[in-house]
Amino acid sequence: MTDIPAMPSTMPGARKETRRSPAVPLSIKLAFGWLVLMLLIGVFASYLSIYDFKALDLKARLVPPLGFGGDTRHLLGTDELGRDVLARLLFSIQMSLLIAFGATVIGAVLGTTLGFLSAHYRGWVEQIVLACVDFQASMPFLILALAVLAFFGNSLPLFVALLGLHGWERYARITRALTLSANSQGYIAAVRQLGANPWRIYFRHVLPNIASTLIVTMTIAFPEVILLESGLSFLGLGVQPPLTSLGNMVGYGRDYLTRAPWILVAPAVVISISTLSISLIGDWFRDRLDRTP
Amino acid sequence: MNQTPILQADGLVRSYTLNRGVFSKGQTVNAVNGVSLTLNRGETLGLVGESGCGKSTTGRLLLGLEPLDRGSVRFASELMPDIKDPKWKTLRTRMQMVFQDPLSALDRRWPIGAQIGEPLDIHRIGTKAERLERVQALLADVGLRPDQANCHPHELSGGQRQRAVLARALASDPELLVCDEPVSALDVSIQAQVVNLFAELQQKRQLAMVFISHDLRVVRRISHRIAVMYLGEIVEEGLPDEVLHSPLHPYTQALVSAVPHTGRKQKRVVLQGDPPNPASRPSGCTFHPRCPVARPMCAEIVPALRAASASRKVSCHLIDAPEQKEVA
Amino acid sequence: MMVRFVSIRMARGIVTLLLMVTFAFVVLRVSGDPVRSMLSPETPAEAIAAFRKSWGLDQPIWIQYIRYLQAILHGDLGQSVRDGRAAVVVVAERIPVTLQLTVPALMLNIAIGIPAGLMAALRKNSLTDRILMTSAIAGFTIPPFVLGLVLVLLFSVELSWLPSGGSGTVAQMILPVITLGIGGAAVLARFTRNAMLGVLGEAYVRTGSAKGVPWRRVVINHAFPNAAIPILTIIGFMIGNLIAGTVLVESVFSWPGLGSLLVASVLSRDLAVVQCILLFVAGAMVLSNVLVDLLYGLLDPRLRSGADK
Repeated sequence: MTDIPAMPSTMPGARKETRRSPAVPLSIKLAFGWLVLMLLIGVFASYLSIYDFKALDLKARLVPPLGFGGDTRHLLGTDELGRDVLARLLFSIQMSLLIAFGATVIGAVLGTTLGFLSAHYRGWVEQIVLACVDFQASMPFLILALAVLAFFGNSLPLFVALLGLHGWERYARITRALTLSANSQGYIAAVRQLGANPWRIYFRHVLPNIASTLIVTMTIAFPEVILLESGLSFLGLGVQPPLTSLGNMVGYGRDYLTRAPWILVAPAVVISISTLSISLIGDWFRDRLDRTP
Repeated sequence: MNQTPILQADGLVRSYTLNRGVFSKGQTVNAVNGVSLTLNRGETLGLVGESGCGKSTTGRLLLGLEPLDRGSVRFASELMPDIKDPKWKTLRTRMQMVFQDPLSALDRRWPIGAQIGEPLDIHRIGTKAERLERVQALLADVGLRPDQANCHPHELSGGQRQRAVLARALASDPELLVCDEPVSALDVSIQAQVVNLFAELQQKRQLAMVFISHDLRVVRRISHRIAVMYLGEIVEEGLPDEVLHSPLHPYTQALVSAVPHTGRKQKRVVLQGDPPNPASRPSGCTFHPRCPVARPMCAEIVPALRAASASRKVSCHLIDAPEQKEVA
Repeated sequence: MMVRFVSIRMARGIVTLLLMVTFAFVVLRVSGDPVRSMLSPETPAEAIAAFRKSWGLDQPIWIQYIRYLQAILHGDLGQSVRDGRAAVVVVAERIPVTLQLTVPALMLNIAIGIPAGLMAALRKNSLTDRILMTSAIAGFTIPPFVLGLVLVLLFSVELSWLPSGGSGTVAQMILPVITLGIGGAAVLARFTRNAMLGVLGEAYVRTGSAKGVPWRRVVINHAFPNAAIPILTIIGFMIGNLIAGTVLVESVFSWPGLGSLLVASVLSRDLAVVQCILLFVAGAMVLSNVLVDLLYGLLDPRLRSGADK
């Protein structure tokens, strides 16, 4: 009685679930563990590596990893310029996470704001936002992103901002729909007639009420942004040297596919396992939330 | 009346457009069609009628929450400012609304105490400590425990939630309260308690109150005066006992006879025809298609709301005004 | 009903195309003075002025916009900087090359995805179901360029069974088509399974089987046609992913299609070609959406008969 339940409305299947709460499957535990590891690497990358990711060692070029003819000096081998692959991998993870995080936040803020604006003003503002939403949803984003890069050239801030445009339409759509339904509900009308300004209405009342949906949308968008970033970087149109990211490593490693596949394999494995982990966890969460027989 | 009324509404009209599409112009529907009323300080006016008769819209128009198509509302002798006018916002401290469904009128993510104090935050009334103190006083006034300030809406019962909504409405010490069906979403067993609370606070604070309800018995308990609405118009107005014991308008008679009542010998008047549809407003007296005593003239001439005695008004061709006898 | 439905969709498609054109125009103008990017910095001032005049760049922006629209309606999308030929021609000759990948890949999507999804749905929670669904998750989470490179490493480098790139022979098509097809097949399998499970839980299906109709017939005659409608919608969505995937896969396998052309044009800032590809992709998306809507109308009797309110 004294405890405040966090979310009363998001437990439609709660009655069935409480009877027998199934144990967390091993795959989910592993996926969680992997993501935690990635986050730790993302935060502490610079402390974990003994080499600088940019340090060249031309005498030790294309050294294979430990167990494939290499030694403990370069656990994952070196690349064509003798740079330590492990150091580059750690830094790439940090870079990719940072970009994906920044871009996801930008997309969420932009989309949510546009959603609020269209729900608040209705009329032509709403029509323009909806037309843009339709447009964005109907075009493959990778193509649009390539076009923007062609027109504007590339720099890291621009690249992050560009990736931030990915998925904004989902937040806009969700925010608009939820705000419209909130507006027709009592509590917004009630607060409005108290004399509250729009800022208070949208950010103090509506936003906390729709936050859980927006956060779920963000967790879906996050792996997509990682894939987008790595895809563009793979094409040589994303993160530019001397900086590096996972897709960038795969892209440059491709030229040494036959002679030094390790350059490419390590980042490729990291990308695949990370996105796989997020999908597994997302699925598991969704199954738990709506277990309808 | 020696005092100026706190609220004076004159010929309020509010129309909506239905079914407007790309190709169709849509239909104009007058939800409120020429409502005039006055309300004195410390007086409660009961507004009764079937659902869809425009009583809730009238309530919102009185508070200036919706734009008027025609007519005027004066609050304390001043015209209601436009909703974009900064004066509109400051007026909110002086007039408040209580809603039908307290659960949806409260933000389920905020604790009750914060919501009760929100008008004080919005209008920057008092210091932080004073606000907290005031919230505690309000909780006591509406019969909630001090510790319930930390509860979320879903942890309270329906009656307690409506008490919280009332406390929020009273936070800025308003002079006018519009209550839109405040007890109809509650269990019958607790309706009485909540109605008593409204009546008690109304007296204690000398509030002017518009109490909207479809339930004649509830309205009668709390009102000093009753106005009966039909299809966006007031058809009868008077003291509660007069209206309920000797209803003049045929519609009021039907409403009154529909109230279950033990020991009453009166014959029950059952209305014929479809419930009113504001989209196809009948000619003449809007009630004539369902009226048991309608005459041919009723379909042609619109009756005016006239005084039937010192305290009563009615709009029906069949009721003779005490002094003026000519009909159209 | 049907006419109204289709005409609304057509109108939306036209709006999308117009937005695409506007997007290209705005981006082109905002990205800097087109004269500066087209002419060398040493060009004399009067030559620049003449150039501006000949391109209409001295006019107000909205006149430029109208002219731009007119030019596009006449099929004039400018010249390729790298190639010197009209951008439309450069793009058009790549289209069949790309279709050689996308059409088989789409068929692969459907040929693997729908049967796998059906099988998983009919044997819900069995070992088959689990294996299929786990591989489906793996299938669409592994990015196409990683999958492509893994396949190259395996079948070209290690086993030397198939060529690692180029186009022209059927052998060269196999790896890119598989790479492009797997992801979509995985998405489709998952979606088909969910749609079927939804339909199989419906009352009419249970009634059918309770009445003694053979289970095979219930599935084929009643359940699948109803699941087909949402499945069709998702195929429409998948075409966008397929186009995006083509860019990466063509790059991995050096397949000389639209995707490679786009990447090369972006790297060399060949704006006319980029813009032309954008418009082509937008057109393809609009067209596929309209097609899906038409099929949708054919499958959904409520839309077909017009008996609906």
